[in-house]
Amino acid sequence: MNYFADVRALTRKDLLLELRARDTLPAMLLFVVAVFVVFHFSLPSRSSDLAASGLLWVAILFTALLGLGRAFVPEREQRVLDALVLAPGDRSAIWLAKSLATLAFLVLAELVAVPVFALFFHGIDATTIAAIALADVGICAVGTFLGAMAVATRARDLLLPLLFLPLAIPIVIGGVGASVVGEPGRYLVFLGLYDAVFALVCWAAFEYVVTE
Amino acid sequence: MISARKLGRRFGEKRVLRDVDLDVPRGGFAVVTGPNGSGKTTLLRICAGLAIPSEGELRVGAERAEIGYLGHEPLVYRELTALENLELYGRLYRVPERRERIGMLLERFGLWEVRHERVARYSRGMTQRLALCRVLLHDPALLVLDEPYTALDTQGAELLDAQLAELRPERTFLVSTHDPPRLEQFATTRLALA
Repeated sequence: MNYFADVRALTRKDLLLELRARDTLPAMLLFVVAVFVVFHFSLPSRSSDLAASGLLWVAILFTALLGLGRAFVPEREQRVLDALVLAPGDRSAIWLAKSLATLAFLVLAELVAVPVFALFFHGIDATTIAAIALADVGICAVGTFLGAMAVATRARDLLLPLLFLPLAIPIVIGGVGASVVGEPGRYLVFLGLYDAVFALVCWAAFEYVVTE
Repeated sequence: MISARKLGRRFGEKRVLRDVDLDVPRGGFAVVTGPNGSGKTTLLRICAGLAIPSEGELRVGAERAEIGYLGHEPLVYRELTALENLELYGRLYRVPERRERIGMLLERFGLWEVRHERVARYSRGMTQRLALCRVLLHDPALLVLDEPYTALDTQGAELLDAQLAELRPERTFLVSTHDPPRLEQFATTRLALA
């Protein structure tokens, strides 16, 4: 139970930091709304719903990337990660807590983004919502892991998208597939499998990322 | 408590620590001196478990939970208050009677009155005092302190002297400093890095 107590304390700390600094969520909200506005005016008026569905996933991915890029900034600025790594608990609790906090910011951004998308393009069905929820888990699990790797390097701002985007391609395939096909079941299963496999790998490997 | 043989550390081609031998028995007080860039911080980070040596052998007879590490940075969140920072570390280190211990340390280091203020509003010296509270919070058996007097004013330095004197008989210390005479009264082992 100590593990979950650690996760809870660390997640609470991340939410409190965001509440105080307001660095991440407002930027994500502004970004995703701006992207939809740009897409709305840049797409030809007779473009298909299929194309718009693809744009939804592009917007979600890059909005998440914005949040992931900020995820370890408080730890980097004061080298606080050293203190967290020295604490006696399982170090994967740091990854899980950071993933949960990032997931919370992403979901909040999507609560605004999805209605805006529906306003500008077309309505979103329950299948797409389910696909977004599954994709969010994968994005935050993998992105947080890579964010912790990137934060230790000088080229962190460049490295995170370079590492993250190729690994996010299956999420886009699964998400777009679930949004546009008649029988989306296998795409949702695919997203679920992606979440399970990558979450497990990130959970098990995080220890090696935060220690030299 | 600490036994190092031929310890070395490279960063790529650059060798920052070379052939260091160090023995600090349980209850010992090791003072590490040397000019800037001599590898003091690297040695302390290795002994605290934050870095891995490239060469040599190291044995540290303390678990992670028993080590208190003070680095160049205070390792506290600037947007949290002193109380919130210590609450977080108290939970992570599973400190028994956490509230009482936090209160006692904040009182001792003169931060009780400003415990609800964000660390971003603290002076450098106040932040260093908070960092010392963080280090001592879980009552560690091994204290690894990297230039602990940095940024402390006279009163803060005297507080730290008193704290070291109080803890000295029961704890093991590895301390780097640019002011060896200040720690001479405590020192049992001296290591000068070139």
